Amino acid sequence: MSFEGVAAQLLAMLLALLGAPLLSGWVNQCRAWLQNRTAPPLLQPFRMLHKLFWKESVIAHDATPIYRLSPYIVFGCMLLASMIVPTLSTNLPLAPAADAIALVGLFALARLFISLAAMDIGTSFGTMGARREMLIGFLAEPAFLMVLFTASLISNSTSLATIVSSLAHRELTILPSLAFAGVAFTMVSLAENARVPVDNPATHLELTMIHEALVLEYSGRHLALLEWAASLKLFAYSCAGLALFLPWGIAEANDHTALLLALPVLAAKLAVGGFLLALIETLSAKMRIFRVPEFLATAFLLGVLALLVHLLLGA
Amino acid sequence: MRNLAFVARVLFPISAAISVALAAVGLEALPGTPEIAVLVIGLPDLPFHLRLDALSSFFLMLLGLASAGVSIFAGGYFREGEGTAPGLICLQYHIFLAAMALVLVADDAYAFMVSWEMMALASFFLVTTNHRIPEIQRAGYLYLLVAHIGAISILLCFGVLQANTGDYTFGNMREQHLSPFWASCAFLLALFGFGAKAGILPLHIWLPEAHPAAPSPVSALMSGVMLKTAIYGLVRVTFDIGGEPLWWWGVVALALGLATAIFGVVFAAVQVDMKRLLAYSSIENIGLIVVAFGLAIVFYAYAMRSLAALALTAMLYHCLNHAMFKSLLFLGTGSVLHATHERSLGKLGGLMRYMPWVGWATLVGVIACAGLPPSNGFASEWLLLQSLLFTGGLPNPYLKMLVPVFAAGVVLVMALSGYVMVKFFGVIFLGRPREERLAEAVDAGALERLGLAWLVAGCVLLGLFPTFVIEVIDPIPFALVGRGLAQSGRVGDWLLLAPVSAERASYSPLLVTGATIAIVLLTFVLVRRFYHGRLRRAPPWDCGYPQQTARMQDTAEGFGQPIRQIFEPFYRMRRELPSPFDAAPRYRVEVEDPMWAWIYLRIAATIESISRVVGLLQRGRIAIYLLYSFVTLVALLFLTQA
Repeated sequence: MSFEGVAAQLLAMLLALLGAPLLSGWVNQCRAWLQNRTAPPLLQPFRMLHKLFWKESVIAHDATPIYRLSPYIVFGCMLLASMIVPTLSTNLPLAPAADAIALVGLFALARLFISLAAMDIGTSFGTMGARREMLIGFLAEPAFLMVLFTASLISNSTSLATIVSSLAHRELTILPSLAFAGVAFTMVSLAENARVPVDNPATHLELTMIHEALVLEYSGRHLALLEWAASLKLFAYSCAGLALFLPWGIAEANDHTALLLALPVLAAKLAVGGFLLALIETLSAKMRIFRVPEFLATAFLLGVLALLVHLLLGA
Repeated sequence: MRNLAFVARVLFPISAAISVALAAVGLEALPGTPEIAVLVIGLPDLPFHLRLDALSSFFLMLLGLASAGVSIFAGGYFREGEGTAPGLICLQYHIFLAAMALVLVADDAYAFMVSWEMMALASFFLVTTNHRIPEIQRAGYLYLLVAHIGAISILLCFGVLQANTGDYTFGNMREQHLSPFWASCAFLLALFGFGAKAGILPLHIWLPEAHPAAPSPVSALMSGVMLKTAIYGLVRVTFDIGGEPLWWWGVVALALGLATAIFGVVFAAVQVDMKRLLAYSSIENIGLIVVAFGLAIVFYAYAMRSLAALALTAMLYHCLNHAMFKSLLFLGTGSVLHATHERSLGKLGGLMRYMPWVGWATLVGVIACAGLPPSNGFASEWLLLQSLLFTGGLPNPYLKMLVPVFAAGVVLVMALSGYVMVKFFGVIFLGRPREERLAEAVDAGALERLGLAWLVAGCVLLGLFPTFVIEVIDPIPFALVGRGLAQSGRVGDWLLLAPVSAERASYSPLLVTGATIAIVLLTFVLVRRFYHGRLRRAPPWDCGYPQQTARMQDTAEGFGQPIRQIFEPFYRMRRELPSPFDAAPRYRVEVEDPMWAWIYLRIAATIESISRVVGLLQRGRIAIYLLYSFVTLVALLFLTQA
């Protein structure tokens, strides 16, 4: 493990920690513009986190240690996930620790803990949120894996670094399998990041909420960690999507110029991606909860189709 | 022997020590050359042939590791006044263990069948420990019936394999070269016979009945170890004594395995009895194991030996993992059962506060069973997915298409098992107690804790050091398919698991765990350093709703409702909905296993109608019976004349 490697890894971590709230702030800003509202400042998520960290944490009388531990574990999983996904460079010392399958496993571990924590207090909304989160999870997870499998079959590897470098060096053509996978990925990431049309991150209408129902009882630093983890998840998903479908511009060696060049490229890609996300959210209406399985089953089938198309056409 | 304290404090711990020794023997014998022994017991001229090779040693190790934890736990578990006397249970329990060990080392059909039957009978008596309850009698009878139908099929399979030589030793069967037709017959008979024991669809019906009926340590052994003896038998017949496997055997096994896995997990999601839920989850895991088994056959038949070795390793690894985590979960339900006298999920809840030991131990089992990193369950499922993914070299184009679709099914099963496990743990241990008397629940005793801790350690260590496990397993694929993973130097180092090559796929549970723990600790310290660690306790908020009762939490039925809705065609449901004007509304939903109606009740009805026709002969008058004898005699005389 070289010094450059460690430095690049730390850089990736800092980028994730700072970039994730920034991305959420940008999406919120775009959404406000598209909806003719006055936009909150770009740095609003940081102010929010700062405020929450200062606040006292109030927890229920009979909360178990699982409840207090979960925000830390969820935050840890999400941060690790966004350190593994190639953002600036593919040459990261932590990258071999988890390939695409293990990445999905990390997300699933976080989901397990947040759902258990929501059930811990024993309120009606908490258990409802846990049930819905697991419902979305068990449908979205296989769909996401199918997308990753398609990319793995194309590049003959499940390691994200290899996938990125082999996809970046192919000819500039649109592979039909990747097109299907791209649609599936978009649908999955909407569901996984609690976005309209599956969930509404801004809602507090009790019966429609999923993510908000999970974190309903949390306050203070615990809530801050969970919110930060949620934006890290969005960041990790976006970067994974960019790495799979627009892998150009990610540095393959840890030299300074390549890293310096990769940063504005990533920022530009994320800005466009965030705008598109806000556009999707503005243009679509939230679905009933029992429409969600159909939506995600479509994503899953598209993912399977992508695999089959790759095997049939070899492309 | 009638003294409970003696049985609990002395016999069971000794048995656990013997189990550890057995595991050590297995570990020691794994890399060695096969050892053969002939015991002169049984009938004259029919001695028991025993053979300890890599495959037997591995399963002996599995038996030892799992049963060590279960035996220690059993020392604290069995009580007076719960059916059979403790001394007798202890005897049956150890006959059961010994029979399983004998099955694993048997080297001729005679010894195999004798120990197989001993295993079935001992476990039957253990299942019917509370034999005064009619439900349990019924469950035991069903188990015995399925076990024997399976045993007949296994016996027939050995009959085919000995190829008319009259020599029933496995050594002789290895020498025989069967035609593809007879080899396929033998394989299908073995799949049916061992499948009945393992719980492959549609022969799984005894599992959800027998597991809840048996005392928890017995369920743990049956689910954790006994199901694996069936897998052992399948592997033994297919790869060792049954001749060259054909590729379509693998497809049959793949399809059956996937169907079993999906069926198991979909039904586990809607169970309301905690042990039934675990029984269906065992069916699911057996399904995954059979998928890996089928994959190994396909690869082997197409001479892709490295991939066959990968699939076989994934399968054996998952066997070991399932033995650990499922035993752990069953033992956890045993402690809950003793503390609350309640098996129904709808009447539990909030036990984490009263039983923290059992709760945390079960949480480890739950993470492993859900197949999440860094547990052992994830490591083997990761290997399985790897072997499912790299099928590009298969010469058969249809198979090449089919295998990734199987991968999709397997992934769906793994994701759903997470749902099942959140339901299992959340409803039992989290939330508020759904009954007032749950507040009196006490945590498990010292011996029970020790047993749980042993299995927890197994789950954690097997998950953190996958390369060591694979190196231990390695002689088996080497012996059976002619290639190993470690032997060709491709497992990676102690830190990184890379079964094909580091560019292709790698996973390091140590790094993942270490990094996560480091981040968690660092966050914990930094938050306190820069901000504060103040905490206030208050009543739950719940959007400000003032009146909250424990009844407002999701029940087990409620938690399973989305699954019931999505997979509705799978189930046979009976629902009773109250009308809006009911003064005392009652809601009831019952989910039944459709296999009963689709297969078993039809078989029963057919047999009944046949016997009704045959019953017409039965007139109850002696003259008519004499007439029958006379007609038969005349017919026979006529036949001998002609």
